[in-house]
Amino acid sequence: MTPGTGPSSIQDVTDEWPAIAEIIETITLRAGHNTNMVIAGTTLLGLAAGLIGVFALLRNRSLMTDALSHATLPGITLAFLILGAKSLPVLLLGATITGVLGVLCIQLLLRHTRLREDASIGIVLSVFFGAGIVGLSYIQVNAPSGSGGLNHFIYGQAATMQPRDVVLMGAIALAAMIATIFLLKEFTIVCFNDAFARVDGWPVGLIDLLMMALVVVVTVAGLQAVGLILVVSLLIIPPVAARFWTDRLPRLVIIAALIGACSGYTGSVVSALFPRKPAGAVIVLTAGVFFAISMFFAPRRGVIAITIRRQKLRMKIAGDHLLEFAHDLGETMISRDQYLGFAKLHAWSKTYTAMVGFSLARDGMIERVNQGGITLTDAGVRRGNRVSRNHALWEQYLVSYADIAPSHVDWSVDLVEHVLSEDLVLELESALRKRGVVIPEHTIVGGR
Amino acid sequence: MIPQSPSKSSLPNTLEHRPEHSSQSPLSVHAMTVAYHKKPVLWDVDYDATPNKLIAIVGPNGAGKSTFIKSCLGLVPKAAGLVEFWGMPYRRARSRIGYVPQRESVDWDFPVSALDVVAMGRYRHIGWCRPVSRKHKQVALECLDLVGMKPFASRQISQLSGGQQQRVFLARALAQQADLYFMDEPFAGVDAATERAIIEVLRRLKGEGKTVIVVHHDLQSVPEYFDEVILLNMRVVAAGPVREVFTKENLHKTYGGRLTLLSEAAEAVARNEIGV
Repeated sequence: MTPGTGPSSIQDVTDEWPAIAEIIETITLRAGHNTNMVIAGTTLLGLAAGLIGVFALLRNRSLMTDALSHATLPGITLAFLILGAKSLPVLLLGATITGVLGVLCIQLLLRHTRLREDASIGIVLSVFFGAGIVGLSYIQVNAPSGSGGLNHFIYGQAATMQPRDVVLMGAIALAAMIATIFLLKEFTIVCFNDAFARVDGWPVGLIDLLMMALVVVVTVAGLQAVGLILVVSLLIIPPVAARFWTDRLPRLVIIAALIGACSGYTGSVVSALFPRKPAGAVIVLTAGVFFAISMFFAPRRGVIAITIRRQKLRMKIAGDHLLEFAHDLGETMISRDQYLGFAKLHAWSKTYTAMVGFSLARDGMIERVNQGGITLTDAGVRRGNRVSRNHALWEQYLVSYADIAPSHVDWSVDLVEHVLSEDLVLELESALRKRGVVIPEHTIVGGR
Repeated sequence: MIPQSPSKSSLPNTLEHRPEHSSQSPLSVHAMTVAYHKKPVLWDVDYDATPNKLIAIVGPNGAGKSTFIKSCLGLVPKAAGLVEFWGMPYRRARSRIGYVPQRESVDWDFPVSALDVVAMGRYRHIGWCRPVSRKHKQVALECLDLVGMKPFASRQISQLSGGQQQRVFLARALAQQADLYFMDEPFAGVDAATERAIIEVLRRLKGEGKTVIVVHHDLQSVPEYFDEVILLNMRVVAAGPVREVFTKENLHKTYGGRLTLLSEAAEAVARNEIGV
């Protein structure tokens, strides 16, 4: 929390907007040593978690990470009970031990029972967490020194970050980066196809262990800052957000690390400016915002891009249908009644019918004439020809190659030749001629 | 050392003393039993592969065809038995073994390109901690070319059709540059072009002196594509050259009632008995 400047009295219930100067100071790391420590520590933590989270995600271990983080609580309480005092390294050691124990329990359940993975994870997560809560309440009642802030591990308290914690985060981030740089190939092959990796002679167990060890280290390091409930989100959200932006693993790793680091940075800056906002939760929310932005706005895999693409395809198919209809009629002009009848036949809504007409007109396939009728342009006539021919050929293809055909059939392509070989098209054409089907000529190759 | 059970004590456990298994054989399976959850899937399997042959494993669903391959490769634990490659244990022979897993066994939305997947076949030639060099990428590209997939090298693998994905897997196995290949259902659900590409690759491998063992589901194409066949149904019903082993009698023994019904129906149609 920012010392000095921000609102700090307990009676002060409403958040005041911090002054611009204060915002700039915090962002540029001039808001005092403590704040800087928090910002640096959470940024490094986000970076390491984003990096390692990619491999947890690709290895389908994301949820196991959640069980791992919840299973750290009994270890923390046990370590406190045994030692009777709060010593961070010992508490984290205890956390690591029961965390790993939790993961091992899941593996045991999977190997020796018929429980599915989600059920196994659910059992281990809740039982270990329950044990931790019992331990915590026991400490609160019985320990002479009180609980000593052990419950900070549940929700996290980044503000208590010390310089040595920052060094620890830095070391972990560095280790994660070095491991990723040198072992990207090994991690990739195990995540993508472990059976192949094993046959190829790679020690899959060892590589898995290394990945899991990095996950454990990041999780335990994140307990203090983000808390055990939320630390899993730092491992999951940056990689899944990054996945929207790229199809290449090296780039995925870099983007995930950046999103993680940005979340850590932004989250801790915001929480420094609004002191009663817990840093951990704000960091996770920031990551969530990055995720939402990625999900909607990513250029190829984003929801909006996909919707637009799908809509365009629908328009094209609908337009093709209409042009083919005109072609089959042998007309270049379609009256309003014919158009509406056609729309009704295809169960198009009024808006949809209008949109199809608009999109065809925009592409220069049709021109509108009076009373809502339409005329096909030359381009529209050619397109109708081609669509009709494609459809006839596809029909024949499905008839001739019923066993293997469906995966290849694409009614919407410009030319059937784009999918099938020239020879095959000739074969289909002759088959159609034998059946007495008239194939529209396709003289204008390449033109639209 | 493998502990000897009392009942098998008469069988020495080294190849030198076992006349029926030749150290020339790329794959010798001896008394292998595999069980899932106490239920045996393969029972006391004995098999010797002839070098430099294309070998099909056929058998009904659930006969243990894939399990046979996987337990040979150590992917599924054996309940009993011994598997050797050129007279060596798997650990010492694995640099000479290539593998094409079932296509469905991986997540095809994985963020890698076709070339990246094929390059995985080069990893063991590259070794630990080093990136894929240009030289190895070139080899991977050549392997993609062999299966007719060079134009798709930079495609993300989810944007490939099923047959193309299968060819990428095949190219990856080629990139392993092995002497003995195991292929798990490479022909399952592929298009005609892919089937041709696979057959071409199989023949090329044979021409290079390699041995290929293929789990296969289409009985009709066995005589056309393969030299030898293993008829498997929990045990090896028969194994050897297609001409000698791929007989109606052996197929009946392998497929039991299911094939009998089919062939009886076919015969009935042939004799024009239906509808009488």
